[in-house]
Amino acid sequence: MELVNLFIRSIFIENMIFAFFLGMCSYLAVSKTVKTAMGLGIAVTFTLFVTVPVNFLVDTKLLQPGALAWLDPSLAGYDLSFLSFIIFIAVVAAIVQLLEMIIERFSPSLYNALGIFLPLIAVNCSILGAALFVQERAYKTLSEATVFAVGSGVGWALAIVALAAIRERLKYSHIPAPLRGLGITFIITGLMGMAFMSFMGIKI
Amino acid sequence: MSQVTKSEPKEALFSKKNIKILKDPLNESNPVTVQVLGICSSLAITVKLEPAIVMGVSVLVVTAFSNLITSMLRNFIPNRIRIIVQLVIVAALVIVVDQILKAYVYDVSKQLSVFVGLIITNCILMGRIEAFALANTPWKAFLDGIGNGAGYAAVLIVVAFIRELLGAGQLYGYQVIPESWYLDNGGWYSNNGLMLLPPMALIVLAVLIWVQRARFRQLIEN
Repeated sequence: MELVNLFIRSIFIENMIFAFFLGMCSYLAVSKTVKTAMGLGIAVTFTLFVTVPVNFLVDTKLLQPGALAWLDPSLAGYDLSFLSFIIFIAVVAAIVQLLEMIIERFSPSLYNALGIFLPLIAVNCSILGAALFVQERAYKTLSEATVFAVGSGVGWALAIVALAAIRERLKYSHIPAPLRGLGITFIITGLMGMAFMSFMGIKI
Repeated sequence: MSQVTKSEPKEALFSKKNIKILKDPLNESNPVTVQVLGICSSLAITVKLEPAIVMGVSVLVVTAFSNLITSMLRNFIPNRIRIIVQLVIVAALVIVVDQILKAYVYDVSKQLSVFVGLIITNCILMGRIEAFALANTPWKAFLDGIGNGAGYAAVLIVVAFIRELLGAGQLYGYQVIPESWYLDNGGWYSNNGLMLLPPMALIVLAVLIWVQRARFRQLIEN
């Protein structure tokens, strides 16, 4: 039950885009058509699903104060948490590269669908952000971290697909010239964010 | 690279061209409002001025030095692994900044939470390294880094100024709107709580973009 709550919360209430603005760069750049938005959304969810649990294990087994104790009791005094940024980003970059190769090898059709988005994802803030949130909020178990990751990914995908659908319609409307493009996209995202805030009151 | 060796034997440190590199990102090619880089972190931490200023300065330092270091190493980095080398340079600088923030301004560092770490994936850094530092001399890259960092900081500070003033009636933590104006004290004024919520950051930034593009019409998109 805890996990279901966490899942719903990370999709709607603590949505990566509307509550924390993570992954905005690709969110704005790749939301012109629904089809590509869908592709990127799935790719991000999948990457989160793989990288966050790995980073969680790296954090709890290697980096946290005293985390090395499972290797040898004499190592319990080490605190490597200051290295977490560099290790996390290295793990993310390596896994994205690995995923790209595996998908290319085993599922060329999926690779064609996701291929161009995968390299983009290495520098998507939401991936590193999720790893850092897991560390900061001190999720206790691997399943919690995984559920949080998948929930965040689904929330992100939902947001980008919704925005892409709105932007497709937007082509036919008259927008003041200086607001065209970036400006109106920001305003729409803001309004969508307000709509999503109505989930905030829900206690589950 | 050949052009580096033959032309410009001695260019003044602050020649016209270099000043242009430094000043352009403040307005006409602002990283946030025009190049659309670094939106992720620029919105989440603009509720109050203090974290916005700290964040702006941190990003400025990291962009300036990552540009400088990458530019110095640019002839030694193999093209195929450049992304990971850039990430390592940036991540090392961010760790230094993070440790300094934790040591001297611990409260702000807590407020910024994960967003200090997210400077690593801030698109401004990778964008400027890829687009500028890899093809220019260290001094120019350094100026470009400072310029873009300052452009980012400027947007952050303007948005935070508006949000903190309208949302909390304060600036940099000090009360600006007189207490006697408030409804509770028999006045007529009330804070706009909506300004403190995340979506308003987007709308304030959109208005900022609107104003900028209305003044500089060459920036308008088709």
